[in-house]
Amino acid sequence: MSDRIEEYRSRILERKPLRLRGGGSKDFYGGPLAGDVLDTRGHSGIVGYEPTELVITARAGTPLAELESTLAARRQVLACEPPHFGDATVGGAVAAGLSGPRRAVAGSLRDYVLGVKLMDGEGRELNFGGQVMKNVAGFDVSRLVTGSLGTLGLILEVSLKVMPLPVAETTLRFEMPQDKALDALNGWGGQPVPLAASCWQDTVLTLRLAGAQAAVRAACDKLGGERIAETEAAGFWSALREQTTDYFAGDAPLWRLSVPSVAPPLDLPGPQLIEWGGAQRWLRGGDASRVREAAAKAGGHATLFRGGDKSSGVFAPLPPALMEVHRRLKQSFDPYGVFNPGRLYSEF
Amino acid sequence: MSQPEQSAGTAPDAANPEREALLAELARVLPATALLSAAEDLKPYECDGLTAYRALPWAVALPQNEEQVVAVLKVCHARQVPVVARGAGTGLSGGATPVAQGVVLSLAKFMRILQIDPLARLARVQPGVRNQAISEAVAPFGLYYAPDPSSQIACTIGGNVAENSGGVHCLKYGLTLHNVLKVRVALMNGEVVEIGSHALDDPGYDLLALMIGSEGMLGVVLEATVKLTPKPRTAQVVMASFDSVIDAGNAVAAIIAAGIIPAGLEMMDKLATAAVEDFVHAGYDLSAAAILLAESDGTAEEVAEEIATMSALLEKSGARQLRISQSEAERLKYWAGRKAAFPAVGRITPDYLCMDGTIPRKHLSHVLTRIAELSEEFHLRCANVFHAGDGNLHPLIMFDARNPGETERAIAFGAKILELSVDVGGTITGEHGVGVEKVKQMCVQFSREELEAFHAVKAAFDPLTLLNPGKAVPYPRHCSEYRLTGSAR
Repeated sequence: MSDRIEEYRSRILERKPLRLRGGGSKDFYGGPLAGDVLDTRGHSGIVGYEPTELVITARAGTPLAELESTLAARRQVLACEPPHFGDATVGGAVAAGLSGPRRAVAGSLRDYVLGVKLMDGEGRELNFGGQVMKNVAGFDVSRLVTGSLGTLGLILEVSLKVMPLPVAETTLRFEMPQDKALDALNGWGGQPVPLAASCWQDTVLTLRLAGAQAAVRAACDKLGGERIAETEAAGFWSALREQTTDYFAGDAPLWRLSVPSVAPPLDLPGPQLIEWGGAQRWLRGGDASRVREAAAKAGGHATLFRGGDKSSGVFAPLPPALMEVHRRLKQSFDPYGVFNPGRLYSEF
Repeated sequence: MSQPEQSAGTAPDAANPEREALLAELARVLPATALLSAAEDLKPYECDGLTAYRALPWAVALPQNEEQVVAVLKVCHARQVPVVARGAGTGLSGGATPVAQGVVLSLAKFMRILQIDPLARLARVQPGVRNQAISEAVAPFGLYYAPDPSSQIACTIGGNVAENSGGVHCLKYGLTLHNVLKVRVALMNGEVVEIGSHALDDPGYDLLALMIGSEGMLGVVLEATVKLTPKPRTAQVVMASFDSVIDAGNAVAAIIAAGIIPAGLEMMDKLATAAVEDFVHAGYDLSAAAILLAESDGTAEEVAEEIATMSALLEKSGARQLRISQSEAERLKYWAGRKAAFPAVGRITPDYLCMDGTIPRKHLSHVLTRIAELSEEFHLRCANVFHAGDGNLHPLIMFDARNPGETERAIAFGAKILELSVDVGGTITGEHGVGVEKVKQMCVQFSREELEAFHAVKAAFDPLTLLNPGKAVPYPRHCSEYRLTGSAR
């Protein structure tokens, strides 16, 4: 095991660009791939799991599926439902920082990261955060690293907060045009309704409720709609999380628009799919500048999530002052530009 | 352990020409009423909630608008004068302790709620808005702001952002980190940036996570957008008493293992219970070794279901007495005791120090046993208040500063507790921040390289190290001094 660490260290100390990679499930995501592959899968295994402390610690190369099945055996879950997109590893999931259908209600992956062990550009092993739920000692570097696409260092180990599996779950379906669906979702969001996920597409709103038996039952009575059978519902939400539905098939560029949930329907050509109570809007096709402009006008931002022409950048450009802070942070963790150069922004 | 480094001074460098020049420049950008420089006016700002550490700053600026904040920062940046931002001054770790020969930047006048959007469930507020004032303002919409530090009637959102404040309900509803969407921040050079947005998951590095809990060292919060949560229809609390803290700890584990995340899950030991009962008369069981408060919230049916399950688990874990709140008034009374724990202890001792370690809960009995031993060793009483759900332990060390050497003994006792927290795999601070109080114990929790990384993070925002310098992250020399005293790694 420690051999791996030494191997990683010696490669980092060569100071040549490295492409940090777990299962390669998110090779499609972010800027162009550069550097020699450093495979993290050899550094694998669950290091500690305390169900009654609600904490699990795993090495970066641990398959996400293995971690989740370990949790499932004790009726616990990663509430943010990070996608697998194939053979995702824990380290890759944290580096990408993506969350699934339940994110709007349960919080993002970053919200569940408690600690990270990182190897920086000098080959030093650094521990940030820890294995406890409340910890304000030092700057929150473990969450800074979450979603940084491996540009700040090699994630070696991660501690995550876990949650109990909801006791009851029900999926409802409604026939609704987009504007009505957005109104309904925002209205329900302000009420004590145990929402767990939502998906609107082609005049159909699908809603998942999860929580205590009594709460789900009461919400079903209140909201109405058509109830979907359990297995069909499970398949639906899993396919949405993994983007295996028809909507996500094909080669047309896939845009992710992150906007305030109350933003009115976006006037953009191309089919849309709306998740997260209105806060995440997927779009197929479209002109980059027009998409970015629409997202910004709505108070959000757009990411070229999959496919398309990456030459004008994948992520929304940052204001100069923030880009400067990014550059300095990158410089301090990775002074020789080893880790995933250009994967987040072409500037570093 | 040495004395607190700074003690109450007299007039702050009255004739210092640097100070005179600074005051003249500040006077040009601030109205006369917004600049304090006389010793008697500076006095109220010499410390925050951690009164053991004091210093008189050169000046206190009380800007009324963003332009004035920016102007003050620019003046101080150009003159390389340190700046310490301050909210309500309720912090318990000395995060707002002034820097001598520096400026205290009070955000007390930024008290406006700028926007409430009930449909989007968010509120945009100025940093001087009190935590509880947000919940009060949005109550008509059936919403509230979830993080509820015990000081919520006084503490401000700007301070909450700086400290990543928690509260008794954060096991279920999260910390400040989980409930803030966006901040508008002035950097030390006067540049104003917006971090986060009203959308989710912003592009680039998660600077919002970095900013929240940064103890005022990265930027000055000018505005914060907070997430609002639908108010649960109803809530009920079970109060259980135990003959041993081990049983109480096991009861907490049993509740979590059963798949319940209670809205609140709090423990108090015998000494804390006695202090509180004498103060608020909540009807606590005074002969118990520990009492546990477990709250459920949600719909009436949901609460009934969860309270029944928790009651059964508590009984099975050896609770000798169970009481379930029968009315909202009774529920609030049970909580009033817990929320008043610090002032209640303050009534039975001239002075106290509040520790804030977080530990993996399985080590609770070991840690409490060790604290009891240390209490004997240092001849100081210690009451324990515990956010049992998330492992955040607040030992309250009682002392009398008038007795020679007792303050130092209390600080040394506290340091041992923090080191103990690290030893069992926890942290020196769960929610109060490092500030000046725990800066030396950072050397126990972090390696030299990790501390260097923190300094680099600060430098990315504040290259001249002018914003709240010397707090939260020790310099290597602090650590070598601390190592000489025998405990750091």
